[in-house]
Order: sequence, then C-alpha cells, then structure tokens
Amino acid sequence: MIKRVAFDHAWLPYVLVAPQLAITIAFFFWPAGQALFQSVLIEDAFGLSSKFVWFENFERVFGDPNYLNAAGVTAVFASCVTVASLSIGLLFAVMADRVVRARHAYQTFLIWPYAVAPAVAGVLWGFLFNPTVGIISWILKQSGYNWNYLLDGDQAMFLIVLASVWNRVPYNFLFFLAGLQSIPKSLIEAAAIDGAGPGRRFWTIVFPLLSPTAFFLMVVTIIYTFFETFSVVHAVTGGGPGKATEILVFKVYSDSFRALDLGGSAAQSVVLMAIVVSLTVVQFRYIERRVHY
Amino acid sequence: MVERRPILTFFAHATLILGVVMVALPVYVTLIASTHDQARMLQAPVPLLPGDHFLENLVTVLITGLGASQAAPPVGMMLLNSLVMAVTIATGKIAISILSAYAIVYFRFPLRMTFFWMIFITLMLPVEVRILPTFKVVADLGMLNSYAGLTVPLIASATATFLFRQFFLTVPDELLEAARIDGAGPMRFFVDILLPLSRTSIAALFVIQFIYGWNQYLWPLVITTDESFYTIVMGIARMVNVVDAAARWNQVMLAALLAMVPPVIVVVVMQRQFVKGLVETEK
Repeated sequence: MIKRVAFDHAWLPYVLVAPQLAITIAFFFWPAGQALFQSVLIEDAFGLSSKFVWFENFERVFGDPNYLNAAGVTAVFASCVTVASLSIGLLFAVMADRVVRARHAYQTFLIWPYAVAPAVAGVLWGFLFNPTVGIISWILKQSGYNWNYLLDGDQAMFLIVLASVWNRVPYNFLFFLAGLQSIPKSLIEAAAIDGAGPGRRFWTIVFPLLSPTAFFLMVVTIIYTFFETFSVVHAVTGGGPGKATEILVFKVYSDSFRALDLGGSAAQSVVLMAIVVSLTVVQFRYIERRVHY
Repeated sequence: MVERRPILTFFAHATLILGVVMVALPVYVTLIASTHDQARMLQAPVPLLPGDHFLENLVTVLITGLGASQAAPPVGMMLLNSLVMAVTIATGKIAISILSAYAIVYFRFPLRMTFFWMIFITLMLPVEVRILPTFKVVADLGMLNSYAGLTVPLIASATATFLFRQFFLTVPDELLEAARIDGAGPMRFFVDILLPLSRTSIAALFVIQFIYGWNQYLWPLVITTDESFYTIVMGIARMVNVVDAAARWNQVMLAALLAMVPPVIVVVVMQRQFVKGLVETEK
C-alpha cells in the first residue's frame, strides 16, 4: 500500500492531492449528494418550495409503466449486446491466436472501431439501414422485406444492438487475445499428446482458464451498455419509435432536461448509481477471490 | 500451433477476413457516399463506387458547414474544439492523477487513506448517472459554453490515479533510498527519477484518455448551446437529425468520417501504447 521508505512532509502531500480532490468534490461528491438529496424531495410547480417526502419519488418511479418499460428495454439491449459482443470477440480472438501469419495485421484491422465514438458508430450503421437512402434497407426491400426502423420498434432495437456490438467487439477481442496468450503452451501440448483435438482442448482447458477474463468483460460490457450507449440511442433512434429503444439512462436524460422532473430523475439517478456500485462490488469481490487460487 | 490442421487454419483466416470486412463495411459505404454530389445520393440504390466530388464536399463541409439549414457550424471549427477538449482532458487527467498518486504512495500523512478511498469511490460512476446535478454545478460556476466547462468536470477520474499507483508500487525502494542519500528532496526525486520512469505509462494513458475525451457526447450536448463550442461527435448527431429533410447525406457522411479519423489514427499509430493502456487501466 505504501512504500517502506516514505517521505514525511508537513504540507507537500496535501498540495499534491489538492487538485484531484477539489475536482472530485466539486464535480462528483457534491452532485452525487445533490441527487441523493433531491430524490427524497418534491418541488412545487414553480420551484419555490420543496418538501421532504421520504421514498415517494422512488415509489412513483417504480410504479411508472414507462420506467418499467425502460428497465425491460435496457435488460434486452444489455443482454443482446453482451452476449453478441463477447462471443464474437472470443471467436475472433481464438482464430487470431491460431494463425501465425498476419496475426498483427488482423489485430490492427479488427481493433480500430474501438476508437470510433459510439454516436458515430450509430450514425454509420444508421446510414446503411436508413429507410430512404440506406444500401442494406434497399437490398432488404428488393428481397421483399419491409425495413423501416423509424416505424418498427424491433428493427430499431436490432440497429442499436448492431452498432453497439460493432463498436464493442474490438475491446473484448483484445482482452480475450491477451488472455489466450497468457495460457501456458505446455498445457495445450500435454492435452494434444493425450489425444485431445482442437475442440476438446478449447472446451476443457482454454475456456475454463479464460473464464475470469470473460467475467470481467461481462461486467464491463454491461456497464458500457448501461451508460456509454446513451449516445447511440440518442443519435440513431431518439428512444423511439414510441418508447421501444428508451434505455434507463436515456430516460434519466429526457426526464431531467425535457420533462424537468427533478425528484423523479434524481431518484432514477440514485437507482442507476446503486446498480453501478453493486456491479463494481461484485467485480472486486470476484477479483479478490481469483487472487487466492 | 501444436499440430498442423490446414482446414482449421483456412477456417481461421476465413473467419478473420470476414470480420475485417464486416468491420470495414460501414466505413467503406461512408467513404463512397462522401465522394458523390447530393443529386446522386437521392437515387435509390446508393452508389458503391467512388465519385469525383470528394474535394468539393471537403471544402464545403470544413469551411462553410452544412449549407442553408445552419444546423451546425463549420466542421473545421468543431474538429478544433474536439481537439482542444481531447488534449486538455488527457493532459489534465495525467497531470492531476500522477501528483495525487505520488502523494498517496510516497508520503506518510494523516488522512492518506481517506483521500485514497475518496478517489477510489469515483472509479466507476460515469457522468451519465449524475448528469443533471453535475450540469447544475457547472451552471452555478458560470462554466456553460466554455472550454473549462467542457473539460474540467471530466478530468476527475480514478482510473489514471490507479494506474500510476500500481506502477509506483513496482518501482524499487532502493531508488528512493539512493536519491535521499544523494540529498534529493521529494520534488527533485519526482521530477528527476519518477517522471522519466513513468514515460511509457504516461504515453499509454494519453492514448486512452485522448479517445475518451474526443468521443464525449452527452456532456458537450448538455453544456453547450453556443455553436462555437460544439464538438464534432455531438455535431454529427445534430446534423443527422436535421438532414433527413435536407438530405445532404454526402456531406454528413464526410463529416462523420472526419470525426472518426483522428482517434483512429491515434489508435493505429500508437497501437502498442494503446493495447498496454487499455489492458492496464482496466485491471
């Protein structure tokens, strides 16, 4: 935790941590505290007075069918993106680990979408699937399938899942590849000598050894789908059609800045914070357990 | 590989090539779209071969912006704003977190652990969850529509502090002992020994944080109303939502291309640092 040899200085360490602490308090602790505080208050229509209402905001939020809808949409979205991007990332990593020639070139060509902003990824795929000018929707229409994600909720969901997966596969690919390369070759060779084929070796040796990586990536990807994909939704579908793609963080945004429902949006923020904190705790506990074996 | 299996190797290459094509597909179509004029973009199947209007579109987009609708300012200016934002966030994060990590690892002082946990807690709480109260703080401080408002609130994050902390813990104690015997004070040790040793970590972090800063979307969206502070990523989305009426797809897609080129170049050119930074910041 600390060095065996350390400096003793009366004021220097405080000066050194001051900038980070000041910013953390001003833009993190203060707003988070405000959200907690607002979540138990209801303001009157003119914002002149507010009264303490215990958990009424939370009851209102959880009783709101729109909120439950958003929670369901988020669950579908998060699980689709997590499953798809993890399995595709793993597939590419296993294949890239197998080839000897041109591995580095493949890596370069597969990882760069990580650098593309989720919003831009959404715009690119939105263009391909645009009902009037998109090339893929044109092909779909030629083959008799009626594609219009601006009207069909399931198609809109498919589109944002596709854009997010495209954006997220490189990340999972890199971590799986690093995990694969840290597996001792002697294990694989021993299994091969015992007569296990590639498939058998993958499922009985490689896959179990990769499970910590997979678990870590799962948590990180869920957090990604909860928050960073706000921009995909905002840029491509705007939560529509109807409320078919309104994820939780999008609803916080629209309740805050459009509906101006302070108490309700603060309560939603608190719920989201609780979700992130518990995911983080789960992850840290798991990593701690992993250290012991 | 353990054994030769030509069929599997062929399959591996085929899968990877398919992956590379899938990854490149939307960008290719975008690039093609940006080389045509508006009239061509309105005919049913969008072209799949390049046209000859690329330079013309580039000049229009960069300098005058998207024509009559005035939905967005010139892309050149938005690119500049994004660059300022990304570089400020990356350098700011590195600067404040290397200092606080240094204090936490190398000094013995009251409240050390309190400060450590205060920073630690912020590790995984993105700005999206506390967007409204954070917006209010920035508004109260009068930082709406300014570079300070765009960057300072995003500079606070624990990841960089942790990376530096982990790295400092691996630096041998003997270095500090030797430096003290030679009469070096804390700042001297930091500047002459620790900073040069941290070069690779700093480079790795810079790549990651540059991308983070460049790709910000929600934050610039809520705190800028003045067009001269728009960043490119949020600007694009704004254009798309307006463009459906105007149908200037060629220019919008060119702008989207310009928005992704700088971070992609950074990742491809600094790939080693990028991979190192990514794997280490997330540990």
